[in-house]
Amino acid sequence: MTGTLERPRRTASRSTPARERTRSSEGRNGRILTYVSMSILSVFFLFPLVFMFVSSLKPDAQILRDINSPAAFLPTGDISLDNYFGVFDRVPVGQFLFNSILVTVLTVGLGLIVNSLAGFALSRLRWKGRVVVLALIIATLIVPFETIAVPMVYWVNQLPTLVMEGGVLKYDFGWLNTYQVQIVPFIANAFSIFLFAQYFSTIPPSLDEAARIDGASWFTIYRRIIVPLSGPAFATVAILTFLPAWNQYLWPLMVVQKENLRPVMVGMQYFFQLNTAWGEVMAYTSLITLPVLIVFLVFQRAFVSSIAASGVKG
Amino acid sequence: MMAPAGLLLLLFLIVPVLLAFTLSFTNARLISPNPPRFVGLDNFFRAFTADPVFLQSALNTFLFALVVVPVQAGLGLLLAILVNQRLRGTTFFRVVFFIPVVTSIVVVSILWRFMYQSDGLINSMIDTVTFGALKGADWLNDPTTALGAIIVLSIWQAVGFHMIIWLAGLQTIPEELYEAARMDGASRWHQFAHVTWPGLRPTMVFVLVTITIAALGLFVQVDVMTQGGPLNSTSTVVYHAVRKGYEQQEIGYAAAISLLFFVAVLVIALIQRWLTREKN
Repeated sequence: MTGTLERPRRTASRSTPARERTRSSEGRNGRILTYVSMSILSVFFLFPLVFMFVSSLKPDAQILRDINSPAAFLPTGDISLDNYFGVFDRVPVGQFLFNSILVTVLTVGLGLIVNSLAGFALSRLRWKGRVVVLALIIATLIVPFETIAVPMVYWVNQLPTLVMEGGVLKYDFGWLNTYQVQIVPFIANAFSIFLFAQYFSTIPPSLDEAARIDGASWFTIYRRIIVPLSGPAFATVAILTFLPAWNQYLWPLMVVQKENLRPVMVGMQYFFQLNTAWGEVMAYTSLITLPVLIVFLVFQRAFVSSIAASGVKG
Repeated sequence: MMAPAGLLLLLFLIVPVLLAFTLSFTNARLISPNPPRFVGLDNFFRAFTADPVFLQSALNTFLFALVVVPVQAGLGLLLAILVNQRLRGTTFFRVVFFIPVVTSIVVVSILWRFMYQSDGLINSMIDTVTFGALKGADWLNDPTTALGAIIVLSIWQAVGFHMIIWLAGLQTIPEELYEAARMDGASRWHQFAHVTWPGLRPTMVFVLVTITIAALGLFVQVDVMTQGGPLNSTSTVVYHAVRKGYEQQEIGYAAAISLLFFVAVLVIALIQRWLTREKN
């Protein structure tokens, strides 16, 4: 197997007829080996997820019985959606899904606006301190969120906020147990700003110079020239920020104790009390995985090129 | 136009970093009637001299990264080379290898926790494949296997991401270089060693640094699967910081651990940059 793995791509396109013959038979064997190894690897990457989806349809006793046979991967026996109904009885799934969707949409959406504006300012406008700010932003890329997570709990607990109390808007402190604490800290993103700035700098400045002469403001240039020309950059940033937002775990675990504000990943905890009902657990994990999987399969080309872009630029 | 992002970065990145730095020299608690008191370097001394779990966690984190970084980078490259061939169906396999990446690590951890049970799917498969010759372990409840078990699923989940990064790197190498190499009669291995690998240098640096930073930040898998156990064999630096700062409310001490972690990440990333620099 390893033999073909290290083989660099592409068989010869132009060579002498004699060599062509030897190459093509070697090429066929190589192809077969490639397909065999890719198929084995596919099994390795897919079997846990197939097991998860299939198990979500079976009663607990049957899951445990099937584990010892290929039936673990087949929707056979007593198939039903009972586990899914069980999940809805046990936890407010609808609320969790709503919370996650709200947090994800707002984080990604506001992030696109805020970060593209910053990228525009850094790539187009000439202002004092621009270089320093750009350097600072690049420097912040190496701060792993985990290192500031705990001090940040302390910090957001002291931030001012507005609360409605008995119909009156009041001024209070502490962001714990709110939606904003799950959204606002993640809107601005150094990497997104960097990607936008990179992309915008590939748009010819002659376009906005012409608009400047016609008296357009910088904001008009951003909205009328830069944004319409930057579809791929917006798609890339949306995709790269979508997954982390949906998958948030450590942060909401620490700052949201109220059940009705929790996102889907944290909701997982409700299933590990006393004896675990694995069928329901598998139903819940399937339920929160499927939407993302579908989005990915529909937009897989865009996903792959976004990830690729993040690497080439980095 | 810079203002909204600038303000947000200041509030939720710069301030917390400075706060972590300041708090680490105090005895601050998450919720406490008493104001924090300056305690000098006490927290740092405590980490190295009076907290064996911290040292164990640092060692575990380092071991985890030591295995995950080369294996995940290497496997990612192999996958990328496989799916970069001009063959029918490679797009399909690319998608398949990438599917675990879009599956949340929380979900992945729960799923593998179920599969790792002593009477679970993994042991049943080991039993079947070896015709009963090998018996699996109680993977997550055995201090000698728990970290290894977490390593396997972590690589399974993330390797598709780096396959894509490598693939992007491979595709920047001009086809003419390969043609020229073949004209000179270079073997497949020579083409890899002298065309592919040098062309992948920038990609390699990026892949190494990103995997390292992600690996050193190991948290979710531990929190969901083992809570640092058994016998602290899977506790990591971030997990320990969260346990101290959040569960036990000792935020000053947790900030000190976070600061040590940050410095370690920075130093390791810089060493990698230096080791992989262009040598000329």
